[in-house]
Amino acid sequence: MTTIRPAQASDLQAISALDQRETGVAKPDYWREMLAPDRHFLVAETEQGSLAGFIAGEIRAWEFGQPAAGWVFAIQIDPELRLKSIGSALFDALVARFKAKGVTRVRTLVERKDHLILSFFRAQGMVAGPSLQLDMDLS
Amino acid sequence: MKLQTATRLGLYAILELAREPDRTLSSAELAERFGVSGHHLAKVMGTLSSAGYVRGGRGAAGGYRFTGNRRRLTLMDIVALFEPAPGARPVEPGEQTDIGASLQKVLTEIDEIAEATLASITLETMLRSPPKVLSRKHPSP
Repeated sequence: MTTIRPAQASDLQAISALDQRETGVAKPDYWREMLAPDRHFLVAETEQGSLAGFIAGEIRAWEFGQPAAGWVFAIQIDPELRLKSIGSALFDALVARFKAKGVTRVRTLVERKDHLILSFFRAQGMVAGPSLQLDMDLS
Repeated sequence: MKLQTATRLGLYAILELAREPDRTLSSAELAERFGVSGHHLAKVMGTLSSAGYVRGGRGAAGGYRFTGNRRRLTLMDIVALFEPAPGARPVEPGEQTDIGASLQKVLTEIDEIAEATLASITLETMLRSPPKVLSRKHPSP
């Protein structure tokens, strides 16, 4: 069984380490900023008290002209603890917090070649949203 | 996105069988359900069977059963059985001109989005969709 609770400063090292293991990039400052009071940063903790995963998000209104929505910025689960519905539990907990703040829409951005995470969000019931993301190479 | 008829029938059949994995349905029964010819559907079932996603189906009355993994199998896995792989597509006339190449870039962008969408939807996700999206009712024959 895992417990879901808000992230604390004492979790940052484990969060940053898990993220770095999975993405290959260390970004401790980014994770520290996620602890800001207007952000929703949750961790799943194992019975032994170690980090099983985390999710981070925020409610933002009028980004790109669109009314308030809960944004999911990041989700990461320890690969050895996957397929135990920890990701779904974290997602549900974040959505519950968004709903409690009166938001009726949840949104995220996913690398389109990352079929694993795309499948995860699809399985939660997410579908293509109203926006298309556009990029331009400036190099 | 336009799917060939065989692809669409393959998706219909696999979803219908995966909905109740213990149940067997013959290609004639499946054909009747979707209002298509039994001959056409038998070919589609042969392809699904060779891929190992269904088993059975000796003769017109033989029943097929789903043998895949609902949580792993995606819509793209089925589509890929029937549609040519993006890399296997023949070069179209004019594609090597600068205009042809720019147009191809746009078409490739669209294909990539379509592929990402199909590859991210498992049969399990599809079959768990709310009833307004996927009704359990069938039109009466």
